[in-house]
Amino acid sequence: MSISIQSIRKTFGSYTALDNISLEVPDGSLTALLGPSGSGKTTLLRIVAGLEFADPGSGRVLFHGEDVTDVQAGQRGVGFVFQHYALFKHMTVAENIAFGLTVLPSSKRPPKKDIDDRVNELLGLVKLDGLGKRRPHELSGGQRQRVALARALAIRPKVLLLDEPFGALDAQVRKDLRRWLRIFHDEIGLTTLFVTHDQEEALELADQVVVMANSRIEQVGPPQQVYDHPETPFVIRFLGNVNAIKDSRNPEAPIYVRPHDVSILFAAEADPATDRLARVQHLFAAGPVAKLSLRLDDGQFLDAELSRQQLDELGLDVGDPVAVRMQGASRFE
Amino acid sequence: MGKKRVIPGFGLSFGITVFWLGIIILIPLSALFIKAAGLGPGEWWKILTSARVLAAAKLTFGASAAAAAVSTVLGLLVAWVLVRYQFPGRRILDAIVDLPFALPTAVAGITLTSIYAPTGWIGKYLADMGIQGAYSPFGVFIALTFIGFPFVVRTVQPVMEDMGLELEEASAILGAGRWTTFRRVIFPVLIPALITGFTLAFARAIGEYGSVIFISGNLPMKTEILPLLIVAQLEQVKYEAAAVIASGMLLVSFFLLFLINLLQRRLNWQTR
Ligand SMILES: Nc1ncnc2c1ncn2[C@@H]1O[C@H](COP(=O)(O)OP(=O)(O)O)[C@@H](O)[C@H]1O
Ligand SMILES: [Mg+2]
Repeated sequence: MSISIQSIRKTFGSYTALDNISLEVPDGSLTALLGPSGSGKTTLLRIVAGLEFADPGSGRVLFHGEDVTDVQAGQRGVGFVFQHYALFKHMTVAENIAFGLTVLPSSKRPPKKDIDDRVNELLGLVKLDGLGKRRPHELSGGQRQRVALARALAIRPKVLLLDEPFGALDAQVRKDLRRWLRIFHDEIGLTTLFVTHDQEEALELADQVVVMANSRIEQVGPPQQVYDHPETPFVIRFLGNVNAIKDSRNPEAPIYVRPHDVSILFAAEADPATDRLARVQHLFAAGPVAKLSLRLDDGQFLDAELSRQQLDELGLDVGDPVAVRMQGASRFE
Repeated sequence: MGKKRVIPGFGLSFGITVFWLGIIILIPLSALFIKAAGLGPGEWWKILTSARVLAAAKLTFGASAAAAAVSTVLGLLVAWVLVRYQFPGRRILDAIVDLPFALPTAVAGITLTSIYAPTGWIGKYLADMGIQGAYSPFGVFIALTFIGFPFVVRTVQPVMEDMGLELEEASAILGAGRWTTFRRVIFPVLIPALITGFTLAFARAIGEYGSVIFISGNLPMKTEILPLLIVAQLEQVKYEAAAVIASGMLLVSFFLLFLINLLQRRLNWQTR
């Protein structure tokens, strides 16, 4: 089910946490809300969930065209996974997962047998077979995360919302779960919106990336488009290492170029129309990619990345003169 | 004990614990029992089953249990308001909760008496409804509730603060109504603290003396509590009888507190 967010504003006292946000989340997509801490991601997710309400008279939230702006969280049919899981620690894993079904009014509540079957099915889905009788404190972080997910899915939500789903996990579990979530999403096809401050996670996992900063949306698009065609200096900086090089043409607006888009040639091959002269200041070649720090002729520093093979062919050493060519550079004027 | 501990010094800390418990609890208690042992079993029985002692015991334990129960409900409510709502004067209210701890119990007793006496601010209205405030078992109950409810607030409050809002939100978003969320998500988390608060309020009420003697009126067989009866025996230089009543009271209290402790272990999901 698609989500449509239309000119939402949210203020906490005098602080504007969301400033006129509009966003379309297509049906069945896996969309990432990406931005630094404090940019308003969680607030936006909570408004979609109905845990927080936008300022009166600001915008609307629509699920599949239906206005849910004033609908309470419990009636929206959303699955929500909290950053710190918020599992009920006095209940077993199975009781946690069954919660959304057992609190239904008796007229709508499935028979106990059906609930048990559904819990077992979900335990299988999140790869926790046989752990239903445990309590949350007996599980690892990654397992708790999946219990929270199963609990959210038990009510057959129409959309799934995840707040920093991997934030509290260590690197390896994080990577595994990330891959698993992508496959999982492709299998069940549920419209999913997740929050992250990790650009690698957003780019790797999502169909659509929404970059947020300072209570606003900076850019929306598929990962590759956002990465290759950033529309603002913030986006280009946030999505990865980048050099900001000033030149004489417009000192106000620097050229942005990523280290792997810098080509290095012998100084003798320099084309004055496109290339600039530099010296190797520092060289770091342990690992598959060689990292160079160059000093341009006007004193600015420029980071570059080469394959080990290219480095060997150039036979560079600290202090050597080179020519640099910046491809795919962006300038925001 | 074979396993190595992270924190060393089990022997030392255990030694201090035993020594300290011995000095401040066990030795005085033994002295009490030795004094009481000056009388034979027959006399013990006679004293403990006398109508006056039984009436006082019924009032003491009954009013204490009732007061602790009401304190638990009240304390839960007050803690909830203090933790969950921001309002002007919240900090002052928070500080007021501790007053019954600090106030000399006699002051509390005298004040409550003047308020709940048939001519007092509140006693007046109670009297209109045919309820006698001060100088009745109800008065004893009022004093014990006043003394007891801060214990519940102060045991429940930190647990509530710790709980945060996320559990409630998780429950709400899964479709649970407010009452279901309270019953199935919030209350179970609070149960251990509530029982602890109840136990403290109950134990304190059993031993309470200062505030009760003013408001109760101290009518033998009607509004006389055990601690007062003990003091009365002492004033008549019946030291052994006082010791016997005190010992009996102590044994019953210990038994009741032990039962509550067992119950707590059964109701507490952390130790189940
Ligand atoms: N309930 C609240 N009351 C006051 N300020 C809040 C509240 N929730 C969030 N904020 C503020 O709104 C801003 C955005 O918060 P949040 O949406 O949590 O950011 P993010 O998830 O991107 O880190 C933060 O500066 C935060 O302090
Ligand atoms: Mg957040």
